[in-house]
Amino acid sequence: MKNAIISIWNFYVDGFRNMTWGRQLWWLILLKVIILFAVLRAFFFTPVLSGKSEEERSEYIGEQLIETQNRVHE
Amino acid sequence: MIESALVDWSRLQFALTAGYHWIFVPLTLGLAVIMATMETIYVIKGDEFWKKTAKFWMKLFAINFAVGIATGIILEFEFGTNWSNYSWFVGDIFGAPLAIEGIFAFFMEATFFAVMFFGWEKVGKRFHLASTWFTGIGAAISAVWILVANSWMQHPVGMEFNPDTVRHEMVDFWALVLNPVAVSKFFHSWFSGWMTGAIFVIGISCWYLLRGRERRFALSSIRVASIVGIIGTLLVMFSGDSSAIHVSKYQPMKLAAAEGLEEGGTRAPFSIVPGVEVPGVLSILATHDIDGYVPGINDILDGYTTPEGERYISAEEKMERGKIAIEAFGKYRELKESDPEAAAEARAVLDENIDYFGYGYIDSREELVPNVPLVYWAFRIMVGFGGLLLLLMFAVLWAERRKKLEGMRWLQWASLLSIPLVYLAGQAGWIVAEAGRQPWVIEGLLPTKAAVSSVSVAAVQTTFFLFVAIFTLFLAIEIRILIKAIKEGPKTEIE
Repeated sequence: MKNAIISIWNFYVDGFRNMTWGRQLWWLILLKVIILFAVLRAFFFTPVLSGKSEEERSEYIGEQLIETQNRVHE
Repeated sequence: MIESALVDWSRLQFALTAGYHWIFVPLTLGLAVIMATMETIYVIKGDEFWKKTAKFWMKLFAINFAVGIATGIILEFEFGTNWSNYSWFVGDIFGAPLAIEGIFAFFMEATFFAVMFFGWEKVGKRFHLASTWFTGIGAAISAVWILVANSWMQHPVGMEFNPDTVRHEMVDFWALVLNPVAVSKFFHSWFSGWMTGAIFVIGISCWYLLRGRERRFALSSIRVASIVGIIGTLLVMFSGDSSAIHVSKYQPMKLAAAEGLEEGGTRAPFSIVPGVEVPGVLSILATHDIDGYVPGINDILDGYTTPEGERYISAEEKMERGKIAIEAFGKYRELKESDPEAAAEARAVLDENIDYFGYGYIDSREELVPNVPLVYWAFRIMVGFGGLLLLLMFAVLWAERRKKLEGMRWLQWASLLSIPLVYLAGQAGWIVAEAGRQPWVIEGLLPTKAAVSSVSVAAVQTTFFLFVAIFTLFLAIEIRILIKAIKEGPKTEIE
Protein backbone atom coordinates (compact mmCIF):
# COMPACT_ATOMS: atom_id res chain seq x y z
CA MET A 1 0.00 0.00 0.00
CA LYS A 2 2.78 2.38 1.03
CA ASN A 3 4.72 1.54 -2.14
CA ALA A 4 1.67 2.17 -4.28
CA ILE A 5 1.20 5.62 -2.73
CA ILE A 6 4.89 6.44 -3.26
CA SER A 7 4.67 5.28 -6.90
CA ILE A 8 1.62 7.44 -7.54
CA TRP A 9 3.31 10.40 -5.85
CA ASN A 10 6.45 9.94 -7.96
CA PHE A 11 4.33 9.59 -11.08
CA TYR A 12 2.81 13.03 -10.53
CA VAL A 13 6.08 14.64 -9.38
CA ASP A 14 8.00 13.32 -12.43
CA GLY A 15 5.16 14.34 -14.70
CA PHE A 16 5.13 17.92 -13.45
CA ARG A 17 8.94 18.11 -13.35
CA ASN A 18 9.38 16.98 -16.95
CA MET A 19 6.74 19.24 -18.43
CA THR A 20 7.79 21.59 -21.26
CA TRP A 21 4.87 23.35 -22.97
CA GLY A 22 2.50 22.11 -20.24
CA ARG A 23 4.24 24.39 -17.72
CA GLN A 24 2.89 27.45 -19.54
CA LEU A 25 -0.65 26.05 -19.28
CA TRP A 26 -0.33 25.45 -15.56
CA TRP A 27 0.76 29.07 -15.05
CA LEU A 28 -2.28 30.12 -17.01
CA ILE A 29 -4.57 27.97 -14.84
CA LEU A 30 -2.94 29.36 -11.68
CA LEU A 31 -3.39 32.95 -12.87
CA LYS A 32 -7.02 32.25 -13.67
CA VAL A 33 -7.74 30.63 -10.31
CA ILE A 34 -6.14 33.63 -8.52
CA ILE A 35 -8.27 36.06 -10.53
CA LEU A 36 -11.40 33.98 -9.90
CA PHE A 37 -11.07 33.42 -6.19
CA ALA A 38 -8.76 36.15 -4.86
CA VAL A 39 -10.31 38.96 -6.89
CA LEU A 40 -13.76 38.17 -8.28
CA ARG A 41 -15.07 35.94 -5.52
CA ALA A 42 -13.51 37.98 -2.71
CA PHE A 43 -14.45 41.47 -3.88
CA PHE A 44 -17.30 41.23 -6.36
CA PHE A 45 -19.31 38.09 -5.71
CA THR A 46 -20.25 37.87 -2.08
CA PRO A 47 -23.29 35.57 -1.89
CA VAL A 48 -26.34 37.57 -0.84
CA LEU A 49 -27.31 34.90 1.70
CA SER A 50 -23.89 34.49 3.31
CA GLY A 51 -23.76 34.99 7.06
CA LYS A 52 -27.42 34.00 7.49
CA SER A 53 -28.62 30.82 9.18
CA GLU A 54 -30.79 28.32 7.25
CA GLU A 55 -33.87 29.73 8.97
CA GLU A 56 -32.94 33.33 8.21
CA ARG A 57 -32.35 32.42 4.60
CA SER A 58 -35.80 30.83 4.28
CA GLU A 59 -37.31 33.87 5.94
CA TYR A 60 -35.44 36.30 3.68
CA ILE A 61 -36.28 34.51 0.42
CA GLY A 62 -39.90 34.02 1.50
CA GLU A 63 -40.18 37.77 2.06
CA GLN A 64 -38.44 38.50 -1.23
CA LEU A 65 -40.83 36.28 -3.17
CA ILE A 66 -43.90 37.91 -1.62
CA GLU A 67 -42.52 41.45 -1.94
CA THR A 68 -41.60 40.85 -5.56
CA GLN A 69 -45.19 39.93 -6.33
CA ASN A 70 -46.41 43.08 -4.60
CA ARG A 71 -43.98 45.19 -6.62
CA VAL A 72 -45.03 43.52 -9.88
CA HIS A 73 -48.67 44.35 -9.34
CA GLU A 74 -48.14 47.87 -7.93
CA MET B 1 -42.12 47.89 -10.13
CA ILE B 2 -39.24 45.44 -10.64
CA GLU B 3 -36.18 47.22 -11.94
CA SER B 4 -36.00 45.86 -15.49
CA ALA B 5 -32.41 47.14 -15.94
CA LEU B 6 -31.29 44.84 -13.11
CA VAL B 7 -32.98 41.83 -14.73
CA ASP B 8 -31.55 42.70 -18.15
CA TRP B 9 -27.97 43.22 -16.92
CA SER B 10 -28.07 40.08 -14.78
CA ARG B 11 -29.31 38.09 -17.77
CA LEU B 12 -26.74 39.64 -20.08
CA GLN B 13 -23.94 38.82 -17.66
CA PHE B 14 -25.11 35.24 -17.27
CA ALA B 15 -25.48 34.85 -21.04
CA LEU B 16 -21.96 36.21 -21.57
CA THR B 17 -20.47 33.81 -19.03
CA ALA B 18 -22.41 30.77 -20.24
CA GLY B 19 -21.65 31.59 -23.88
CA TYR B 20 -17.95 31.96 -23.08
CA HIS B 21 -17.96 28.65 -21.17
CA TRP B 22 -19.59 26.96 -24.17
CA ILE B 23 -16.69 27.98 -26.43
CA PHE B 24 -14.46 25.44 -24.64
CA VAL B 25 -16.83 22.64 -23.65
CA PRO B 26 -17.86 21.31 -27.09
CA LEU B 27 -14.27 21.17 -28.30
CA THR B 28 -13.28 19.24 -25.18
CA LEU B 29 -16.14 16.77 -25.72
CA GLY B 30 -15.46 16.26 -29.43
CA LEU B 31 -11.68 16.37 -29.57
CA ALA B 32 -11.57 13.75 -26.78
CA VAL B 33 -13.41 11.26 -29.01
CA ILE B 34 -11.23 12.03 -32.04
CA MET B 35 -7.87 11.75 -30.26
CA ALA B 36 -8.99 8.58 -28.45
CA THR B 37 -9.99 7.07 -31.81
CA MET B 38 -6.56 7.94 -33.18
CA GLU B 39 -4.82 6.37 -30.19
CA THR B 40 -6.99 3.26 -30.62
CA ILE B 41 -5.72 2.98 -34.20
CA TYR B 42 -2.15 3.31 -32.84
CA VAL B 43 -2.72 0.51 -30.31
CA ILE B 44 -4.29 -1.76 -32.95
CA LYS B 45 -1.79 -1.07 -35.75
CA GLY B 46 1.29 -0.32 -33.66
CA ASP B 47 2.22 2.47 -36.10
CA GLU B 48 4.10 5.31 -34.33
CA PHE B 49 2.62 7.78 -36.80
CA TRP B 50 -0.80 7.44 -35.13
CA LYS B 51 0.75 7.95 -31.69
CA LYS B 52 2.31 11.19 -32.90
CA THR B 53 -0.96 12.25 -34.51
CA ALA B 54 -2.99 11.54 -31.35
CA LYS B 55 -0.38 13.37 -29.24
CA PHE B 56 -0.61 16.50 -31.37
CA TRP B 57 -4.39 16.74 -31.02
CA MET B 58 -4.00 16.02 -27.28
CA LYS B 59 -1.77 19.07 -27.06
CA LEU B 60 -4.50 21.27 -28.59
CA PHE B 61 -7.03 19.54 -26.31
CA ALA B 62 -4.90 20.47 -23.28
CA ILE B 63 -4.63 24.13 -24.35
CA ASN B 64 -8.39 24.37 -24.82
CA PHE B 65 -8.95 22.55 -21.52
CA ALA B 66 -6.55 24.81 -19.59
CA VAL B 67 -8.24 27.99 -20.77
CA GLY B 68 -11.75 26.59 -20.39
CA ILE B 69 -11.27 25.02 -16.98
CA ALA B 70 -13.10 26.77 -14.13
CA THR B 71 -14.98 29.17 -16.41
CA GLY B 72 -18.12 27.35 -15.23
CA ILE B 73 -17.33 28.31 -11.62
CA ILE B 74 -18.11 31.93 -12.50
CA LEU B 75 -21.69 30.85 -13.20
CA GLU B 76 -21.88 29.53 -9.65
CA PHE B 77 -20.62 32.87 -8.29
CA GLU B 78 -23.41 34.56 -10.24
CA PHE B 79 -26.03 32.17 -8.84
CA GLY B 80 -25.10 33.18 -5.29
CA THR B 81 -24.84 36.91 -5.89
CA ASN B 82 -27.15 37.88 -8.73
CA TRP B 83 -29.68 35.03 -8.55
CA SER B 84 -30.04 34.33 -4.83
CA ASN B 85 -33.85 33.99 -4.93
CA TYR B 86 -33.47 31.36 -7.62
CA SER B 87 -30.56 29.58 -5.91
CA TRP B 88 -32.46 29.17 -2.69
CA PHE B 89 -35.81 28.36 -4.32
CA VAL B 90 -34.36 25.45 -6.39
CA GLY B 91 -32.86 23.90 -3.24
CA ASP B 92 -30.93 20.66 -3.53
CA ILE B 93 -32.42 19.96 -6.96
CA PHE B 94 -29.75 22.12 -8.51
CA GLY B 95 -27.07 21.74 -5.85
CA ALA B 96 -26.91 17.92 -5.89
CA PRO B 97 -26.14 17.45 -9.62
CA LEU B 98 -23.61 20.30 -9.57
CA ALA B 99 -21.86 18.88 -6.48
CA ILE B 100 -21.70 15.41 -8.07
CA GLU B 101 -20.30 17.00 -11.22
CA GLY B 102 -17.63 18.91 -9.30
CA ILE B 103 -16.41 15.91 -7.29
CA PHE B 104 -16.64 13.46 -10.16
CA ALA B 105 -14.93 15.76 -12.65
CA PHE B 106 -12.08 16.46 -10.23
CA PHE B 107 -11.29 12.80 -9.56
CA MET B 108 -11.76 11.62 -13.15
CA GLU B 109 -9.67 14.44 -14.52
CA ALA B 110 -6.96 14.32 -11.86
CA THR B 111 -6.51 10.60 -12.51
CA PHE B 112 -7.02 9.92 -16.20
CA PHE B 113 -5.95 13.31 -17.51
CA ALA B 114 -2.64 12.90 -15.67
CA VAL B 115 -2.08 9.38 -17.03
CA MET B 116 -2.92 10.62 -20.53
CA PHE B 117 -0.24 13.33 -20.42
CA PHE B 118 2.37 11.97 -18.02
CA GLY B 119 1.98 8.26 -18.66
CA TRP B 120 3.13 7.63 -22.25
CA GLU B 121 6.41 6.02 -21.17
CA LYS B 122 5.24 4.88 -17.72
CA VAL B 123 2.14 2.77 -18.22
CA GLY B 124 1.20 0.10 -20.74
CA LYS B 125 -0.32 1.00 -24.11
CA ARG B 126 -3.72 -0.38 -23.24
CA PHE B 127 -3.86 1.30 -19.85
CA HIS B 128 -2.89 4.58 -21.49
CA LEU B 129 -5.58 4.12 -24.15
CA ALA B 130 -8.18 3.41 -21.46
CA SER B 131 -7.13 6.62 -19.67
CA THR B 132 -7.56 8.64 -22.86
CA TRP B 133 -11.06 7.22 -23.38
CA PHE B 134 -11.93 7.78 -19.71
CA THR B 135 -10.82 11.42 -19.99
CA GLY B 136 -13.39 11.87 -22.74
CA ILE B 137 -16.04 9.84 -20.94
CA GLY B 138 -15.38 11.82 -17.74
CA ALA B 139 -15.94 15.09 -19.62
CA ALA B 140 -19.19 13.69 -21.04
CA ILE B 141 -20.36 12.53 -17.60
CA SER B 142 -19.64 16.01 -16.21
CA ALA B 143 -21.90 17.37 -18.93
CA VAL B 144 -24.63 14.91 -17.88
CA TRP B 145 -24.95 16.50 -14.43
CA ILE B 146 -24.92 20.06 -15.70
CA LEU B 147 -27.58 19.22 -18.27
CA VAL B 148 -29.69 17.35 -15.69
CA ALA B 149 -29.75 20.58 -13.66
CA ASN B 150 -30.51 22.69 -16.72
CA SER B 151 -33.25 20.33 -17.93
CA TRP B 152 -34.96 20.44 -14.56
CA MET B 153 -35.39 24.17 -15.12
CA GLN B 154 -36.95 23.50 -18.53
CA HIS B 155 -39.19 20.69 -17.24
CA PRO B 156 -39.26 20.49 -13.41
CA VAL B 157 -39.85 16.92 -12.17
CA GLY B 158 -39.06 14.76 -9.13
CA MET B 159 -39.51 17.47 -6.48
CA GLU B 160 -41.98 18.98 -4.02
CA PHE B 161 -42.14 22.57 -2.81
CA ASN B 162 -41.69 23.03 0.94
CA PRO B 163 -43.20 26.38 2.01
CA ASP B 164 -41.43 26.17 5.40
CA THR B 165 -37.95 26.18 3.92
CA VAL B 166 -39.06 27.99 0.71
CA ARG B 167 -37.15 25.35 -1.25
CA HIS B 168 -37.89 22.60 -3.68
CA GLU B 169 -36.98 19.23 -2.22
CA MET B 170 -35.99 16.23 -4.27
CA VAL B 171 -38.43 13.34 -3.83
CA ASP B 172 -37.39 11.21 -6.80
CA PHE B 173 -33.71 11.29 -7.80
CA TRP B 174 -34.24 9.03 -10.84
CA ALA B 175 -37.10 11.16 -12.17
CA LEU B 176 -34.63 14.05 -12.09
CA VAL B 177 -31.81 12.12 -13.77
CA LEU B 178 -34.01 10.37 -16.33
CA ASN B 179 -36.03 13.51 -17.09
CA PRO B 180 -36.77 13.02 -20.83
CA VAL B 181 -35.63 16.58 -21.51
CA ALA B 182 -32.27 15.84 -19.83
CA VAL B 183 -31.73 12.67 -21.85
CA SER B 184 -32.28 14.30 -25.23
CA LYS B 185 -30.47 17.49 -24.19
CA PHE B 186 -27.40 15.53 -23.08
CA PHE B 187 -27.11 13.56 -26.31
CA HIS B 188 -27.85 16.63 -28.42
CA SER B 189 -25.11 18.62 -26.66
CA TRP B 190 -22.60 15.78 -26.54
CA PHE B 191 -22.92 14.91 -30.22
CA SER B 192 -22.79 18.59 -31.17
CA GLY B 193 -19.41 18.50 -29.41
CA TRP B 194 -18.29 15.70 -31.76
CA MET B 195 -19.27 17.95 -34.63
CA THR B 196 -17.29 20.87 -33.19
CA GLY B 197 -14.22 18.67 -32.64
CA ALA B 198 -14.49 17.28 -36.16
CA ILE B 199 -14.78 20.66 -37.89
CA PHE B 200 -11.88 21.98 -35.77
CA VAL B 201 -9.62 19.05 -36.77
CA ILE B 202 -10.68 19.17 -40.44
CA GLY B 203 -10.18 22.95 -40.60
CA ILE B 204 -6.71 22.89 -39.08
CA SER B 205 -5.66 19.87 -41.15
CA CYS B 206 -6.78 21.75 -44.27
CA TRP B 207 -4.60 24.67 -43.19
CA TYR B 208 -1.61 22.29 -43.31
CA LEU B 209 -2.67 21.15 -46.79
CA LEU B 210 -2.99 24.76 -47.93
CA ARG B 211 0.53 25.39 -46.63
CA GLY B 212 1.81 22.18 -48.28
CA ARG B 213 2.84 20.75 -44.89
CA GLU B 214 2.24 17.55 -42.89
CA ARG B 215 0.45 15.86 -45.80
CA ARG B 216 -0.01 12.38 -44.31
CA PHE B 217 -0.88 13.76 -40.88
CA ALA B 218 -3.48 16.14 -42.31
CA LEU B 219 -5.18 13.59 -44.58
CA SER B 220 -5.28 10.93 -41.85
CA SER B 221 -6.69 13.41 -39.33
CA ILE B 222 -9.32 14.54 -41.83
CA ARG B 223 -10.38 10.91 -42.42
CA VAL B 224 -10.88 10.17 -38.73
CA ALA B 225 -12.46 13.55 -37.93
CA SER B 226 -14.91 13.51 -40.83
CA ILE B 227 -16.15 10.02 -39.90
CA VAL B 228 -16.56 11.02 -36.23
CA GLY B 229 -18.17 14.31 -37.33
CA ILE B 230 -20.64 12.68 -39.72
CA ILE B 231 -21.70 10.13 -37.10
CA GLY B 232 -21.96 12.91 -34.51
CA THR B 233 -24.02 15.18 -36.77
CA LEU B 234 -26.46 12.41 -37.71
CA LEU B 235 -26.89 11.68 -34.00
CA VAL B 236 -27.37 15.42 -33.35
CA MET B 237 -30.24 15.25 -35.84
CA PHE B 238 -31.82 12.22 -34.12
CA SER B 239 -31.48 13.72 -30.65
CA GLY B 240 -32.74 17.07 -32.02
CA ASP B 241 -35.82 15.27 -33.29
CA SER B 242 -36.49 13.84 -29.83
CA SER B 243 -35.80 17.26 -28.32
CA ALA B 244 -38.44 18.84 -30.61
CA ILE B 245 -41.03 16.33 -29.35
CA HIS B 246 -40.22 17.25 -25.74
CA VAL B 247 -40.25 20.99 -26.40
CA SER B 248 -43.62 20.67 -28.11
CA LYS B 249 -44.96 18.75 -25.10
CA TYR B 250 -43.43 20.65 -22.19
CA GLN B 251 -42.56 24.10 -23.61
CA PRO B 252 -44.99 24.75 -26.47
CA MET B 253 -44.37 28.51 -26.32
CA LYS B 254 -40.68 27.95 -27.08
CA LEU B 255 -41.56 25.90 -30.17
CA ALA B 256 -44.14 28.45 -31.33
CA ALA B 257 -41.54 31.25 -30.88
CA ALA B 258 -38.84 29.28 -32.72
CA GLU B 259 -41.28 28.96 -35.63
CA GLY B 260 -42.83 32.42 -35.35
CA LEU B 261 -46.14 30.53 -35.34
CA GLU B 262 -48.92 32.86 -34.23
CA GLU B 263 -51.91 30.66 -35.01
CA GLY B 264 -51.45 26.91 -34.70
CA GLY B 265 -53.49 23.94 -35.86
CA THR B 266 -53.11 20.55 -37.47
CA ARG B 267 -50.78 20.15 -40.48
CA ALA B 268 -48.76 23.06 -39.07
CA PRO B 269 -46.20 24.43 -41.56
CA PHE B 270 -42.44 24.63 -40.98
CA SER B 271 -40.99 28.03 -41.80
CA ILE B 272 -37.69 27.87 -43.71
CA VAL B 273 -37.40 31.67 -43.78
CA PRO B 274 -40.19 34.24 -43.40
CA GLY B 275 -42.67 33.71 -46.23
CA VAL B 276 -41.32 30.28 -47.26
CA GLU B 277 -43.18 27.47 -45.53
CA VAL B 278 -43.46 23.71 -45.98
CA PRO B 279 -46.98 22.54 -45.00
CA GLY B 280 -47.31 19.82 -42.37
CA VAL B 281 -43.60 19.57 -41.55
CA LEU B 282 -43.85 21.31 -38.15
CA SER B 283 -46.61 18.87 -37.15
CA ILE B 284 -44.33 15.97 -38.12
CA LEU B 285 -41.38 17.43 -36.20
CA ALA B 286 -43.44 18.23 -33.10
CA THR B 287 -45.70 15.18 -32.94
CA HIS B 288 -44.39 12.67 -35.55
CA ASP B 289 -47.81 12.96 -37.22
CA ILE B 290 -48.68 15.20 -40.18
CA ASP B 291 -52.14 15.71 -38.67
CA GLY B 292 -50.69 16.46 -35.22
CA TYR B 293 -51.90 19.62 -33.51
CA VAL B 294 -49.32 22.33 -32.79
CA PRO B 295 -50.53 25.38 -30.81
CA GLY B 296 -49.42 28.84 -31.92
CA ILE B 297 -48.48 31.79 -29.67
CA ASN B 298 -52.05 33.16 -29.61
CA ASP B 299 -53.54 29.70 -28.92
CA ILE B 300 -51.27 29.28 -25.90
CA LEU B 301 -52.20 32.73 -24.59
CA ASP B 302 -55.93 32.33 -25.25
CA GLY B 303 -56.11 28.71 -24.08
CA TYR B 304 -56.92 25.87 -26.45
CA THR B 305 -58.37 22.39 -26.74
CA THR B 306 -56.53 19.77 -28.78
CA PRO B 307 -58.45 17.61 -31.31
CA GLU B 308 -58.20 14.83 -28.69
CA GLY B 309 -60.19 17.03 -26.28
CA GLU B 310 -57.34 17.97 -23.95
CA ARG B 311 -57.92 21.49 -22.61
CA TYR B 312 -55.14 23.99 -21.83
CA ILE B 313 -56.12 27.07 -19.83
CA SER B 314 -55.50 30.66 -20.92
CA ALA B 315 -52.71 32.97 -19.76
CA GLU B 316 -55.19 34.96 -17.65
CA GLU B 317 -56.40 31.83 -15.85
CA LYS B 318 -52.82 30.78 -15.16
CA MET B 319 -51.95 34.26 -13.87
CA GLU B 320 -54.99 34.17 -11.60
CA ARG B 321 -54.04 30.77 -10.21
CA GLY B 322 -50.46 32.00 -9.75
CA LYS B 323 -51.67 34.93 -7.67
CA ILE B 324 -53.79 32.56 -5.58
CA ALA B 325 -50.71 30.34 -5.02
CA ILE B 326 -48.47 33.23 -3.89
CA GLU B 327 -51.16 34.68 -1.64
CA ALA B 328 -51.70 31.26 -0.08
CA PHE B 329 -47.92 30.96 0.40
CA GLY B 330 -47.86 34.33 2.22
CA LYS B 331 -50.86 33.40 4.33
CA TYR B 332 -49.35 30.04 5.26
CA ARG B 333 -46.13 31.69 6.41
CA GLU B 334 -48.01 34.32 8.37
CA LEU B 335 -50.36 31.89 10.15
CA LYS B 336 -48.31 28.73 10.61
CA GLU B 337 -47.37 29.61 14.21
CA SER B 338 -50.53 31.42 15.35
CA ASP B 339 -53.32 29.52 13.57
CA PRO B 340 -52.29 26.04 12.39
CA GLU B 341 -55.75 25.23 11.05
CA ALA B 342 -55.95 28.30 8.81
CA ALA B 343 -52.34 27.65 7.80
CA ALA B 344 -53.24 24.10 6.75
CA GLU B 345 -56.05 25.48 4.59
CA ALA B 346 -53.66 27.95 2.98
CA ARG B 347 -51.19 25.12 2.41
CA ALA B 348 -53.86 23.09 0.62
CA VAL B 349 -54.63 26.05 -1.68
CA LEU B 350 -50.92 26.48 -2.35
CA ASP B 351 -50.47 22.80 -3.21
CA GLU B 352 -53.46 22.91 -5.54
CA ASN B 353 -52.05 25.87 -7.48
CA ILE B 354 -48.29 25.33 -7.11
CA ASP B 355 -47.84 24.45 -10.81
CA TYR B 356 -48.83 28.05 -11.64
CA PHE B 357 -46.82 29.73 -8.84
CA GLY B 358 -44.61 31.66 -11.27
CA TYR B 359 -47.57 33.05 -13.21
CA GLY B 360 -48.43 35.11 -10.14
CA TYR B 361 -45.50 37.39 -10.99
CA ILE B 362 -46.69 38.02 -14.55
CA ASP B 363 -48.69 41.20 -15.01
CA SER B 364 -49.46 41.08 -18.73
CA ARG B 365 -49.95 38.16 -21.13
CA GLU B 366 -47.36 39.65 -23.54
CA GLU B 367 -44.69 38.91 -20.94
CA LEU B 368 -45.25 35.21 -21.55
CA VAL B 369 -43.96 35.47 -25.14
CA PRO B 370 -40.17 35.17 -25.60
CA ASN B 371 -38.22 37.33 -28.06
CA VAL B 372 -39.61 35.76 -31.25
CA PRO B 373 -37.15 37.17 -33.87
CA LEU B 374 -34.14 36.20 -31.70
CA VAL B 375 -35.34 32.62 -31.14
CA TYR B 376 -36.60 32.23 -34.73
CA TRP B 377 -33.29 33.27 -36.32
CA ALA B 378 -31.11 31.46 -33.77
CA PHE B 379 -32.95 28.24 -34.64
CA ARG B 380 -32.31 28.78 -38.34
CA ILE B 381 -28.62 29.53 -37.77
CA MET B 382 -28.27 26.34 -35.71
CA VAL B 383 -30.06 24.09 -38.19
CA GLY B 384 -28.76 25.85 -41.33
CA PHE B 385 -25.08 25.81 -40.33
CA GLY B 386 -25.46 22.27 -38.97
CA GLY B 387 -26.78 21.05 -42.34
CA LEU B 388 -24.11 22.95 -44.25
CA LEU B 389 -21.33 21.47 -42.10
CA LEU B 390 -22.70 17.95 -42.56
CA LEU B 391 -22.51 18.42 -46.33
CA LEU B 392 -18.98 19.79 -45.96
CA MET B 393 -17.86 16.73 -43.97
CA PHE B 394 -19.36 14.36 -46.55
CA ALA B 395 -17.59 16.32 -49.33
CA VAL B 396 -14.25 16.32 -47.50
CA LEU B 397 -14.45 12.59 -46.72
CA TRP B 398 -15.43 11.79 -50.31
CA ALA B 399 -12.57 13.93 -51.69
CA GLU B 400 -10.07 12.39 -49.27
CA ARG B 401 -11.08 8.80 -50.10
CA ARG B 402 -10.92 9.59 -53.85
CA LYS B 403 -7.50 11.23 -53.32
CA LYS B 404 -8.84 14.50 -54.76
CA LEU B 405 -8.74 16.68 -51.65
CA GLU B 406 -5.19 17.93 -52.15
CA GLY B 407 -6.15 19.42 -55.51
CA MET B 408 -9.33 21.06 -54.21
CA ARG B 409 -8.01 24.22 -52.59
CA TRP B 410 -11.51 25.76 -52.46
CA LEU B 411 -12.68 22.87 -50.28
CA GLN B 412 -9.64 23.28 -48.03
CA TRP B 413 -10.42 26.99 -47.66
CA ALA B 414 -14.11 26.23 -47.04
CA SER B 415 -13.13 23.76 -44.29
CA LEU B 416 -10.76 26.23 -42.62
CA LEU B 417 -13.33 29.02 -42.75
CA SER B 418 -16.01 26.69 -41.33
CA ILE B 419 -14.40 26.63 -37.88
CA PRO B 420 -16.27 29.77 -36.70
CA LEU B 421 -19.53 28.44 -38.17
CA VAL B 422 -19.61 25.39 -35.92
CA TYR B 423 -19.17 27.65 -32.89
CA LEU B 424 -21.94 29.96 -34.11
CA ALA B 425 -24.25 26.96 -34.58
CA GLY B 426 -23.53 25.78 -31.00
CA GLN B 427 -24.10 29.24 -29.49
CA ALA B 428 -27.29 29.64 -31.52
CA GLY B 429 -28.53 26.31 -30.13
CA TRP B 430 -28.17 27.61 -26.59
CA ILE B 431 -29.90 30.87 -27.53
CA VAL B 432 -32.89 28.80 -28.75
CA ALA B 433 -32.87 26.78 -25.50
CA GLU B 434 -32.41 29.67 -23.07
CA ALA B 435 -33.93 32.74 -24.73
CA GLY B 436 -36.76 30.49 -25.97
CA ARG B 437 -37.83 29.58 -22.43
CA GLN B 438 -38.19 33.19 -21.26
CA PRO B 439 -39.80 34.59 -19.19
CA TRP B 440 -39.03 31.49 -17.10
CA VAL B 441 -36.00 30.56 -15.07
CA ILE B 442 -37.95 27.51 -13.89
CA GLU B 443 -40.78 26.73 -16.29
CA GLY B 444 -44.07 27.88 -14.78
CA LEU B 445 -42.63 28.19 -11.27
CA LEU B 446 -40.27 31.15 -11.24
CA PRO B 447 -39.92 33.93 -13.82
CA THR B 448 -36.56 35.58 -14.39
CA LYS B 449 -37.66 38.84 -12.81
CA ALA B 450 -38.51 37.10 -9.51
CA ALA B 451 -35.25 35.12 -9.52
CA VAL B 452 -32.82 38.06 -9.32
CA SER B 453 -31.28 39.30 -6.09
CA SER B 454 -31.79 42.76 -4.68
CA VAL B 455 -28.38 44.06 -5.75
CA SER B 456 -27.51 47.32 -7.45
CA VAL B 457 -27.52 47.54 -11.24
CA ALA B 458 -24.15 49.30 -11.06
CA ALA B 459 -22.59 46.26 -9.35
CA VAL B 460 -23.82 43.93 -12.09
CA GLN B 461 -22.68 46.36 -14.80
CA THR B 462 -19.22 46.61 -13.23
CA THR B 463 -18.72 42.85 -13.13
CA PHE B 464 -20.15 42.52 -16.64
CA PHE B 465 -17.49 44.79 -18.10
CA LEU B 466 -14.85 43.16 -15.92
CA PHE B 467 -15.82 39.81 -17.44
CA VAL B 468 -15.73 41.22 -20.95
CA ALA B 469 -12.12 42.29 -20.31
CA ILE B 470 -11.03 39.05 -18.60
CA PHE B 471 -12.74 36.77 -21.11
CA THR B 472 -11.29 38.66 -24.06
CA LEU B 473 -7.82 38.47 -22.53
CA PHE B 474 -8.00 34.71 -21.87
CA LEU B 475 -9.51 33.98 -25.27
CA ALA B 476 -6.72 35.98 -26.92
CA ILE B 477 -4.15 34.02 -24.89
CA GLU B 478 -5.73 30.71 -25.91
CA ILE B 479 -5.84 31.60 -29.58
CA ARG B 480 -2.22 32.76 -29.42
CA ILE B 481 -1.02 29.53 -27.77
CA LEU B 482 -3.13 27.43 -30.15
CA ILE B 483 -1.75 29.22 -33.21
CA LYS B 484 1.79 28.76 -31.93
CA ALA B 485 1.21 25.03 -31.38
CA ILE B 486 -0.43 24.63 -34.80
CA LYS B 487 2.42 26.47 -36.54
CA GLU B 488 4.95 24.20 -34.82
CA GLY B 489 2.92 21.27 -36.06
CA PRO B 490 2.89 17.60 -35.08
CA LYS B 491 6.62 17.22 -35.70
CA THR B 492 7.28 18.95 -32.39
CA GLU B 493 8.35 16.63 -29.61
CA ILE B 494 5.27 16.34 -27.45
CA GLU B 495 5.35 15.03 -23.94
